Amino acid sequence: MSLIVSTISQGFIWSILAIGLFITFRILDFPDMTVEGSFPLGAVTAISLIQSGHSTLYALLIAFIFGCLAGFATAFLYAKLNVPILLAGILTMTALYSINLRILGKANMSLTKSSNIFTQFGLDKLPTNFNGIILGIVIIALIIFLLIIFLNTEKGQAVIATGDNETMAASIGINTTVMKFIGLMVSNGIVALTGGLIAQQNGFADVNMGIGVIVIGLSAIIIGEVIYPDVPLSVRLITIVIGSIVYRLILMIVLQLGFNTNDLKLISAIILALCLALPTIREQFLKTMRNGVKTK
Amino acid sequence: MKPLLEIKDGIKTIYNDDKNLNILNNINLTINPKDFLVVLGTNGAGKSTLMDAITGTNDLTSGKILLNGEDITDEKLAKRSRHISRVYQDPKSGTAPRMTVAENLLLAKRRGLPRRLHLRHLKENMPEFQKLISSLPTLDNRLNTFTEKLSGGQRQTLSFLMAIIQRPELLLLDEHTAALDPQTSKDLMELTNKIILEKELTCMMITHNLSDAMKYGNRLIVLKKGEIILDLNQAEKDKLKENDLLQYF
Repeated sequence: MSLIVSTISQGFIWSILAIGLFITFRILDFPDMTVEGSFPLGAVTAISLIQSGHSTLYALLIAFIFGCLAGFATAFLYAKLNVPILLAGILTMTALYSINLRILGKANMSLTKSSNIFTQFGLDKLPTNFNGIILGIVIIALIIFLLIIFLNTEKGQAVIATGDNETMAASIGINTTVMKFIGLMVSNGIVALTGGLIAQQNGFADVNMGIGVIVIGLSAIIIGEVIYPDVPLSVRLITIVIGSIVYRLILMIVLQLGFNTNDLKLISAIILALCLALPTIREQFLKTMRNGVKTK
Repeated sequence: MKPLLEIKDGIKTIYNDDKNLNILNNINLTINPKDFLVVLGTNGAGKSTLMDAITGTNDLTSGKILLNGEDITDEKLAKRSRHISRVYQDPKSGTAPRMTVAENLLLAKRRGLPRRLHLRHLKENMPEFQKLISSLPTLDNRLNTFTEKLSGGQRQTLSFLMAIIQRPELLLLDEHTAALDPQTSKDLMELTNKIILEKELTCMMITHNLSDAMKYGNRLIVLKKGEIILDLNQAEKDKLKENDLLQYF
């Protein structure tokens, strides 16, 4: 039972990353590799600040701001210097590896301070792993609320329009460059915030902890879409949370079946590939079924 | 009469096959208020490049563009869009597919204005949008439909409505009926003509359809190899027969 609660708790916290990724992947309609750098950036920033005596909330705020700056760097390369988005993300991600090392001073650092955000605000009085669930729900609710409000503003609609049809957006006077900056900055800010939370949950930060996080985020988004297709944008944000929990439960089941934990990234990639291929597989299956019926 | 738009010595040069090529070659064009200017020309004559230059999508290599006497040559696309709107040939170019018809119209209503951090007022605008589409059977009751679910004709009608919802000073129609089936094309062209005349819009329309070129508009120009080789007013156009235009192609 505690394993399931722990998995759900992780699902909640990791879904925050997926919500951040959703802004670039689904709203702006491009994959942003920066997240593999901004996630550990948030982690190393938060752990360094907490270790040097700052409050956990301050550490998370600075992690968020640093994440926004990482998004700004990618946006500058992409929207101002016309570097293709994949390459822009990879460049920022690569540069962030060194920056993260500079911030941390070494490859990894443990959180030796007894207090972290999971043990504050009375969360330590909750049963094991329930603190992650409660904190996750509070942060997710806050982010989704703010995101829905933002997306319903004129600026938010302009960001959506930019991702939807840049030609149209530009022709009606939307400054699509600014919208890309906003999207990338907010997205990477949220991803870095998640990095700061995960590092506190795990009790350490590592400059390599960003490897594969894009797959985790995308899996949550895609699983959510497979379970709940064709839902309004506000509901889609909630489906990401469900997708994230389902993804964690799938991973847990796979590991319980006896797979080696070293194969975790491989398993993650296979799960995502299967989810991405599901619509095609379903279509092929239905086609075969239809043809089968016709033959009879 | 004070001209609405003037293009002076407009040249657009591109580098192609190891040599410079003038897509627009010393264009001088004046568009007056209420002109409904039809532009004809073969593929590659420079028609769309001319529109790109007017909207600011692709700036001129040299020359000037004046709007109401003001030099807008170096003005960005976003700023020009407050006065100039354009409907593209491809129905998919003019709308946001994952937004509803109403949301698209609301975006267009703030054409050229800064996008603020204010909540949009979709509900408040619904009666106006409903009134706008109520006379259009193809779009009636579809305000809450996602644009990706619309047919090409419906999307192009929506693109046209988006272009005229905030009365533009200059409306550019870039073969906006060319990708539609004959009946839908005819219906949209009739609607276009009706609204242009009713609202007394100034319009520049590119077409390859000679019948449309003869039937609509009060002025006709023909572009060839980046130059204006024919510029007729209504009276001159009335004397012309459709077959007379074939010599220019």
